Amino acid sequence: MSELWRLTAHEAHEKLRAKEISSVELTQSVLGRMAEVEPKVHAYITTTPEVALQQAKEADAKYASGTATPLTGIPVAVKDLIVTKGTRTTAGSKILENFIPPYDSHVYEQLRKAGAVMVGKANMDEFAMGSSTEHSAYGPTHNPWNLDLVPGGSSGGSAAAVAAGECLVSLGSDTGGSIRQPAALCGVVGLDPTYGRVSRFGIVAFGSSLDQVGPIGRDVEDVATMLQCIGGHDPRDSTSNPAPMPDMRHYLGRDIKGMKVGVPREYFISGMEPGVKARIDEALKTLESLGAEVDTSLSLPSTEHALAVYYLIAPSEASANLARYDGVKYGFSDRSGPTMWDNMEQTRAQGFGNEVKRRIMLGTYALSAGYYDAFYLKAQKVRTVINNEFAAAFAKYDVIVTPTSPTVAFPIGAKVDDPYAMYLNDVYTLPASVAGLPSISLPCGFSEGLPVGLQIIGNFFDEGRVLQVASAFEGAGGWRNLVATL
Amino acid sequence: MALTSEEVLHIARLARIAVTDADVQRFTAQLSGILEHFAALTAVDTEGIEPTAHPLPLSNVMRADLVGPSLTQAEALANAPLTENGYVRVRAVLE
Repeated sequence: MSELWRLTAHEAHEKLRAKEISSVELTQSVLGRMAEVEPKVHAYITTTPEVALQQAKEADAKYASGTATPLTGIPVAVKDLIVTKGTRTTAGSKILENFIPPYDSHVYEQLRKAGAVMVGKANMDEFAMGSSTEHSAYGPTHNPWNLDLVPGGSSGGSAAAVAAGECLVSLGSDTGGSIRQPAALCGVVGLDPTYGRVSRFGIVAFGSSLDQVGPIGRDVEDVATMLQCIGGHDPRDSTSNPAPMPDMRHYLGRDIKGMKVGVPREYFISGMEPGVKARIDEALKTLESLGAEVDTSLSLPSTEHALAVYYLIAPSEASANLARYDGVKYGFSDRSGPTMWDNMEQTRAQGFGNEVKRRIMLGTYALSAGYYDAFYLKAQKVRTVINNEFAAAFAKYDVIVTPTSPTVAFPIGAKVDDPYAMYLNDVYTLPASVAGLPSISLPCGFSEGLPVGLQIIGNFFDEGRVLQVASAFEGAGGWRNLVATL
Repeated sequence: MALTSEEVLHIARLARIAVTDADVQRFTAQLSGILEHFAALTAVDTEGIEPTAHPLPLSNVMRADLVGPSLTQAEALANAPLTENGYVRVRAVLE
């Protein structure tokens, strides 16, 4: 069979188990597809064909000995802020250009235990700060549906790789929308788990009270399988949830009759494109036709404040987290000046891009004496207000459904010099991030030939219900396993 | 909420990022614009509201103080730009 790269992970697993194909064949098919389309898409910062073929051989041995699990032998892209022992990890930054991690992140360890095959480290906005992947020090990723457009960000490489057939599934990370927004713009499924569901051990830190690793795939089942693999308690992350991981596959393919769906009116704002609104309205009708009780009277009045709350809290946390990049212990180092302080200031001036500098400075300001109460503390209090509104909503509804992004993919270069216009891309994904709630984006059709994403938000640790609604919608809507023509 | 170029220079100094005059000019305009949008937060009534530092009600997560596997000195120093006798090396801290 040709074009094995078109398979979803669960389809490939069935063929591997039936010995119809080998993981080496599957991996070679993906590597061949990468050779063909990667020059156009640039989804990867580093490709790892030798690692992949070695891991594929090991995976085939697992199938031969009957010890394979659903991700064994499946080609995966890993966002380049997930540390991988012996494989360069840059976080999209020049400051980590030559950084070879001496240890593995928890999520990569889990993938390795499952026998997954890493084909490369995916491109991203530098330190996950951005919504277009244009803020990568290694050049932008192009949207596989239209190469002149952005793939979204910050996990733009992870989403584009899945949409282009340059892997079957991938790992991204989400701080304010960085999995869901690129998944929406690339026509694939992306899940941001509950804060604390997936260990952050070995993840290059951005906003520590917000960062969460999650999967991207071409259907809901693949995303559920990936979450099953990477989720669960890890004592090396003190914010990791100690509760046992439920069986995510249990929620797939079930009906959603009587499910209470809240649709917050504050998400239907003037900036939303008519084509996006039309697809969301159709999606709500589909949910109704499946027996869900869709209520559009829900109000979350503080929704509009989530953007300011996020863009004060995340940069504040980033300004502390990124203090470690000093050119002393690892990473890029400029030693031209006469003192240590000169070296640090030059290292950071040359090593960081403009968006990272802006956010470090914004956070430094928000935390500085005289402004802490007015900015950082105020943002933390409004965060509580937002959380309380969600808590009240989840007393009444099983899930909340919204658009993922107000627009479809936009042209490369359109917003890169206007930071606030770029921040507005996250307006629908930020509230759930601020509250730490699980949320998924999945395709719900096209507008002007470009994918539109539907967002489903669940209560704390209720990924199951989110996946249940997503799975039912996917079955009815028919937007599944989309691969862009390139 | 307009920032002055002196404030931006001060912030850059606190953040240990060297900036050129052009940087200061650009960041002053951009950061002022962003902060202006954020001023709307002051209108939110937060009287009696506790701040949220973290979405989950976890505190004081304890573990046993046990020796576990760790990096060797060579591994820990492998990425350092400059080392000497098992230490990382920097230029003079005091002039």
